[in-house]
Amino acid sequence: MSFKTFKIDDMDLSAAEDDTILQVAREHDIFIPTLCFLEGLSPVGACRLCLVEIKGSSKLVPACVTQVQEGMEVLTNSERLQKYRRMVIEMLFSEGNHICAVCVSNGHCDLQYLAQRLGVDHNELPYLHQQKPVDASHYRFAIDHNRCVLCTRCVRVCDEIEGAHTWDVMSHGIDSQVITDLMQPWGDSETCTSCGKCIQVCPTGALFKKSKAVAEMVKEHEFLPYLKTMRETK
Amino acid sequence: MSKATFATVWLDGCSGCHMSFLDIDEFLLDLADKIELVYSPLVDNKDFPEMVEVTLVEGAVSNADDYEKIQYIRQHTRTLISLGDCAVTGNVPSMRNPFFVDEVIDRAYNENVTINPQVPHIGVPELRPWVVPVHTIVPVDVYVPGCPPSAALIKHVLTELLEGRKPDLSDIARFG
Ligand code: SF4
Ligand code: SF4
Ligand code: FES
Repeated sequence: MSFKTFKIDDMDLSAAEDDTILQVAREHDIFIPTLCFLEGLSPVGACRLCLVEIKGSSKLVPACVTQVQEGMEVLTNSERLQKYRRMVIEMLFSEGNHICAVCVSNGHCDLQYLAQRLGVDHNELPYLHQQKPVDASHYRFAIDHNRCVLCTRCVRVCDEIEGAHTWDVMSHGIDSQVITDLMQPWGDSETCTSCGKCIQVCPTGALFKKSKAVAEMVKEHEFLPYLKTMRETK
Repeated sequence: MSKATFATVWLDGCSGCHMSFLDIDEFLLDLADKIELVYSPLVDNKDFPEMVEVTLVEGAVSNADDYEKIQYIRQHTRTLISLGDCAVTGNVPSMRNPFFVDEVIDRAYNENVTINPQVPHIGVPELRPWVVPVHTIVPVDVYVPGCPPSAALIKHVLTELLEGRKPDLSDIARFG
């Protein structure tokens, strides 16, 4: 394996050639916000929160799917990036209906945390107030599409880890939504094993257990790398 | 030393932010030495003064009265603060926005009422079609998210303001 040397925020670093900028940054405690990325699932570069700047290039690249290059100089926290990241969060708030005060995930939500961490203390964009459906047909779980940020973590965990591929994404742009089977009610799904992995990886209050009230839905994202390591060492 | 003039107003919110404000406990005593509360649901004054140093706004803008009031208050306030999620985002009151006002009124005053259903007309301001955050109507100087913002956070905001600094809460206050 060959190694690359490069810089992140003026820090001289080296890493294996197939490492991503995000991996290296995390190893060195350099904060890059992420939402769709989850350790243990394949990265998809969907949410754009992890965008970083490469010196000499005007294009921003997603750190979760970009491999390090020899001589590369990465900037992770420029004013331009901070502005775009706040904008991404504001757009997610505008598109969904995120009333944290009455959400099952209040206080345990990746989106809520990122808003705070990135300094989003109000929204400059108008709210769309779309009325999106809630599917509570499953006997144990429910999905509130108003809280879904379309990160596709549920889709990936269901396919890559559970092997059921119950979840998928339908439509384009503002009409996109995650669906179960061929857009059947979740409770009628023939492929869903009711394992609950999607609930645990969902970063927001979109997927939750029915028994949970406001602020009670604490997710266990950490089970994934554990599961993966156990499988690999078997 | 002359005291700084403060006001608080209550638009479409649950009064929880005002409760949280009162929760600053003994700091209220310090505050009493430094500020004069010239207009608030907590004091008797009926008219908003000519000019107020700091106004804390609880609640979203939901009806004709909120809409008039907030514009008047902005013109007569130096530093306007959106206090709490309803003022900052619309929060729970804005959950009526996906519906038409007529539907909402019908639901509240007819559909779910068994005895003598009627829609109140006299002495109540008309609902606006959408519940909106304060800053979409008038410029806001400081945002204090939270439902409600904690007493500690409110204390921090007030302390900063009294020291003549603009509080930066961007990474200490969160929604919800
Ligand atoms: S999903 Fe997260 S950001 Fe959205 S309402 Fe719930 S706690 Fe708030
Ligand atoms: S339901 Fe949750 S995990 Fe699935 S795409 Fe939406 S936010 Fe992501
Ligand atoms: S974390 Fe990289 S694009 Fe979502």
